[in-house]
Amino acid sequence: MRARRDSGFRGTECDQRDVALLAAIEDGLPLCARPFAQIGEAARMDEGEVLARLRRMCAARVIRRLGLVLQHRALGYRANAMVVWDVPDADIDDVAQKIVAHDFVTLCYCRERRAPDWPYNLYCMIHGRERRLVECQIAAVKRAAGLDQYPSRTLFSSRRFKQRGARFSAPAPIPMAAR
Amino acid sequence: MSDHAPDATDRAIINALQGGFPVTDRPFAEVASWLNTDEADVIARISAMLDAGMLSRFGPMYNMDRLGGAITLAAMSVPADRFDAVSEQVNAHREVAHNYERDHELNMWFVAAAETRSGIDALIERIEAETGLPVFQFPKEREYFIGLRLQA
Repeated sequence: MRARRDSGFRGTECDQRDVALLAAIEDGLPLCARPFAQIGEAARMDEGEVLARLRRMCAARVIRRLGLVLQHRALGYRANAMVVWDVPDADIDDVAQKIVAHDFVTLCYCRERRAPDWPYNLYCMIHGRERRLVECQIAAVKRAAGLDQYPSRTLFSSRRFKQRGARFSAPAPIPMAAR
Repeated sequence: MSDHAPDATDRAIINALQGGFPVTDRPFAEVASWLNTDEADVIARISAMLDAGMLSRFGPMYNMDRLGGAITLAAMSVPADRFDAVSEQVNAHREVAHNYERDHELNMWFVAAAETRSGIDALIERIEAETGLPVFQFPKEREYFIGLRLQA
């Protein structure tokens, strides 16, 4: 297994009460006047402790954000493009900074090249309402970031089968002996 | 999904709360004060938009790296006549967060999260065993931007 670039903060930044709190909110915040007091009942802590711990974990970016997540297709965002490029490792940080300067770019990552016939390492997502507009946006990104010289593919999504947040308390892996 | 259409106040709530939610004792009252409405109205509207399927959820977005957890993007090349059956097999796993069909030979793309990297690898092996198809992982090396805020 490769070494992880981001070493975990488990056991240092988050204590057991933080973990209990994260598990209590992973399915969503209660829709009531004092949601953090209600969470506190589930996590066995008072409202003040819930607020203090959540503020600290938001500031530390353990929680990227609290809030709502759109089911983007229901709001008309049906043109969802994943654009990938094969960029030399030495150039990728500079190219990525030019890509993320566009406010319609929703996500941008560097990923390992792992599949046959898949040389791409730079990924960018654009969510739009009109496929033709998204195609124009992709062309604009390519021009501005000097990306026309690199091999590229655009993969529009045609169907969505599942969309929800990553879960925190995933079940334990099946022991090796049981598989 | 109902055909509930968002009005101007719904859209204002969506646009305001994709960026964050107040961590205070009366957060919905604070949101209401931004939008010139009242606490009960904000709660009712968010509830209605969740029920109508306009919002996929209302809660936290975790940073799995900071939690010591692992997340991966994975892709499979699924024969067209097996696509629906395979998507059911993949989506049945709790660790799978989303799954999209895309127009490429690698036509099924999903994101999975687990507490550990070995948990991800075990999941991928299980999916390969259940479907008889190879699953390719594309682990993240660097993150440049993770905004994903859309104008309602």
